[in-house]
Amino acid sequence: MLILSRKVNERIVIGDDIEVAVVEIRGDQVKLGIIAPQNVTVHRREVFDQIQEENRAAAMGDAADLAKLSGLFPADTMISPGDSAAPDPSDSGDQRKRPDQSDS
Amino acid sequence: MTMATREIESKPYGRISIQEQQIIHFPRGLFGFEDRHDYALIDSTTPPFYWLQNLDDPELAFILINPYIVAPEYVLDVSEDDLHAVESEDGSELLVFSIVTIPADRSQISCNLQGPLLINRRARLARQAISLDQRWEIKHYLTSGAGA
Repeated sequence: MLILSRKVNERIVIGDDIEVAVVEIRGDQVKLGIIAPQNVTVHRREVFDQIQEENRAAAMGDAADLAKLSGLFPADTMISPGDSAAPDPSDSGDQRKRPDQSDS
Repeated sequence: MTMATREIESKPYGRISIQEQQIIHFPRGLFGFEDRHDYALIDSTTPPFYWLQNLDDPELAFILINPYIVAPEYVLDVSEDDLHAVESEDGSELLVFSIVTIPADRSQISCNLQGPLLINRRARLARQAISLDQRWEIKHYLTSGAGA
């Protein structure tokens, strides 16, 4: 791991188009600003770790567990037969991304 | 069009026959299961749940549900990177699933809205994305009153 010392308002540059700035240091907390192209996603490491942990817990489920859930959803919430698991090219789907509906 | 079928070992139902078009490739695997890439999407005998069965490890399977059933207000908000990875930049052709966790205390059954599965049904290419909107929880409880 490359370790660099930086002061407030100093930056590091990663590759051609990513910059990380130290915006503020207060006690044991550092506020970082990240400048990156639109297509580069930035996540907190904890999110990866938590999803990983949740996947491991989810993998423990078995058929007996699931059978006990029958009736959890009323019949009218069922997906239509056209949405069967087997991908069906003739079905355009109703789950497409709905952009610009964030609650900002 | 003739459908190629194939037999696989599944965790919930033992040996079953599936159609080739049910097979889905996760180039990056799932978080925590990065070395498992090939799965089959199977209808469960308990609708509206599905199984995502790994093809290399019969003991590895996940229970899935359509997130819009449990959270009608759910909005898929993922990065361009994630959409690009499943070759669905405009979000078309996408099936969206949420992984279900059933703990010993069944009142705590939840599904993961923070890490949705994106499946391009035409390319049969999939990826576990990370929601950019933090309000969608990793543990979204399916039973009312749980986790409050």
